[in-house]
Amino acid sequence: MGNTAIKVENLSKIYRLGEIGTGTISRDMERWFKTKVLKQEDPFLKIGETNDRADKGTSDIVYSLRDINFEIEQGDAVGIIGRNGAGKSTLLKILSRVTTPTTGRINIKGRVASLLEVGTGFHPELTGRENIYLNGAILGMRKREIDRKLDEIIDFSGVERYIDTPVKRYSSGMYVRLAFAVAAHLESEILIVDEVLAVGDAEFQKKCLGKMGEVSKGEGRTVLFVSHNMAAVQSLCNSGVLLSEGKLILQSNVADVINDYNKVSRYFDIDFESFSNEHINLMKIYCLDELGLQRDTFSMDESFDIVLEFDKKSDLQKSYLHILIKDEYDTVIIEFDSLNWKENIFSTDKQGLITIKLRIIERLLNRGEFNISIGLSSDLLPSFQIISISNIYCFQITNGLFQRDLTKKSISSYVPNERIYFQEIESQ
Amino acid sequence: MEHEDAIKEWDLVIEPQHSLLDLNLKDVWRYRDLLWLLVKRDFVSFYKQTILGPLWFFIQPLFTTIIFTFIFGNLAGLSTDGLPQPLFYMAGITAWNYFADCLTKTSTVFKDNANIFGKVYFPRLIMPLSIVVSNLVRFGVQMLLFFLMMAYYAYTGGSFTPNAYVLLSPMLILLMALLGLGLGLVITALTTKYRDLAFLITFGVQLMMYGTTVIYPLSAAPAKYRALIELNPMTGIIEAFRYGFLGQGEFTVSSFGYSVAFTLLALLLGVVIFNKTEKTFVDTV
Repeated sequence: MGNTAIKVENLSKIYRLGEIGTGTISRDMERWFKTKVLKQEDPFLKIGETNDRADKGTSDIVYSLRDINFEIEQGDAVGIIGRNGAGKSTLLKILSRVTTPTTGRINIKGRVASLLEVGTGFHPELTGRENIYLNGAILGMRKREIDRKLDEIIDFSGVERYIDTPVKRYSSGMYVRLAFAVAAHLESEILIVDEVLAVGDAEFQKKCLGKMGEVSKGEGRTVLFVSHNMAAVQSLCNSGVLLSEGKLILQSNVADVINDYNKVSRYFDIDFESFSNEHINLMKIYCLDELGLQRDTFSMDESFDIVLEFDKKSDLQKSYLHILIKDEYDTVIIEFDSLNWKENIFSTDKQGLITIKLRIIERLLNRGEFNISIGLSSDLLPSFQIISISNIYCFQITNGLFQRDLTKKSISSYVPNERIYFQEIESQ
Repeated sequence: MEHEDAIKEWDLVIEPQHSLLDLNLKDVWRYRDLLWLLVKRDFVSFYKQTILGPLWFFIQPLFTTIIFTFIFGNLAGLSTDGLPQPLFYMAGITAWNYFADCLTKTSTVFKDNANIFGKVYFPRLIMPLSIVVSNLVRFGVQMLLFFLMMAYYAYTGGSFTPNAYVLLSPMLILLMALLGLGLGLVITALTTKYRDLAFLITFGVQLMMYGTTVIYPLSAAPAKYRALIELNPMTGIIEAFRYGFLGQGEFTVSSFGYSVAFTLLALLLGVVIFNKTEKTFVDTV
């Protein structure tokens, strides 16, 4: 008990669907009249909310967080991970006191500094120096505290030459550097960080990660880090909390949590129905490791297969598939094109199930997050395109035995064709 | 009891419900440096990249006074209680502007700061308070203009006589600030749900100005509307302001008391509603 920094008890956060105002009084009255008096369906239900239509009859309540209980020891670096919509952001918002929980309680020992964003409250007209003061104060620093640390902050940011220039003249990189520099010098026992590191160049990212590591390991501060970037979580944190659909799945050491995270396969999140038409139907997309297990995080030293399953429904010929692997900045790292393959099954008139395995050899991709986009085109169609799906699937590469310069996303952009296994047909 | 223990052992307890009157003023005090930095930001960013800079603070009330003198004084021939017309209008405009600025700027505080409020915690009340203080700077500059004008008319022999009630003016300024703040807080809390009110406010403030004694003295108000004009809490304040500085106006304890009571009520209501909204506004905005 003595060493507990954060204690979360029975924490829940409920969002009520449809009961949030529509924005104007007249619309609110219209809604009230239609739903309560005429008993019609709510005309202002937002598109996102229709997902829950199935259980709409029983309740119009969505649990963003449900009965979360956990404790965090002082000095721990905890990674909070989970899919989109798992409740990570809600948890952070409650911990940072931006919003309040619906039930439950959080007890915190020590001063909390939360960075849901860097540079909050920066004013473009003010100089770098003035913004350090303003931003520092917004984050909870006293003026004399900032006075004391000013030189250190300016030094860390590396924008000394421009410190008396309005920040609107800064490049976006300089802006972020300055903003992070302020945040990094907050004196707090607990630091809550959202994915703010997704900005700045590689050198600066490394500096930020280093600073955060220093904060938790060196100074014994507690760090909560939310990220989709498993590589960053792995290198920064010693324990982890896994959330899924608002519930706490696991709190354990970071390796176990990342492992568990990968078990919940990502392809269940994809609504495949929208990726089909009369010609073809994309049925599955996933990654297999060398033991044949489905995962989506791999170390740099592993090779794995990206598997795509199609149902080809028409005899359309002269078509070809292309698959793009992009990094998190949407830069194409590798492009596969079935035109170059030994046998292009898509250009024949065969129908049925097609399974394609793309082998990603070890040490081909650098660490980071990668997205897969696919497209199928045909020379015979006037519109040329049959389907085109961007960022349908995402996998991660974590550190292997050797670290590489992060600026390089792959060793080479040329992939030898014979490394690709493909096209197993089972005619129906 | 359990709650009390929890407070002692932990530095911070995050819970769903707080009592309505838990205004968290201790936190506001702790963040006072932020208040000053926000005021400084407002002031500096106001005149950056302008040629005339802080002179703009003068220009607006000066021109309004000229236009009022021309339209209401010369064309419409409204009474000014025997005071020099520009001086009469200037007094009204200076006081009214401060109140109106506090009100309109406070009334959009949630909307304007949604981004910051959604990302960082600090006592939200700091934001509207900084607005009131920033406007005080502006008000001070306009008062300077008013004093210059008084000096000019004193020199040229205009008929006005300041009296001891001038000592009430700090109190009056505070009342204007708090009234604007209180009403603004109520409106900003409601606009998180209903954007309609944002449109109403610019129009409403203008309407309210004609409903109080900015362009005419209370003594010239038609008898059947007099009660209505007196119902406006700004009437008592502006009349007292004019009476103190220029010696003309109707200062009565009852109308002054009414303004004070109205202000305190609006302020209390505003702060309570604001604090309640602040907790969940991120989810509704």
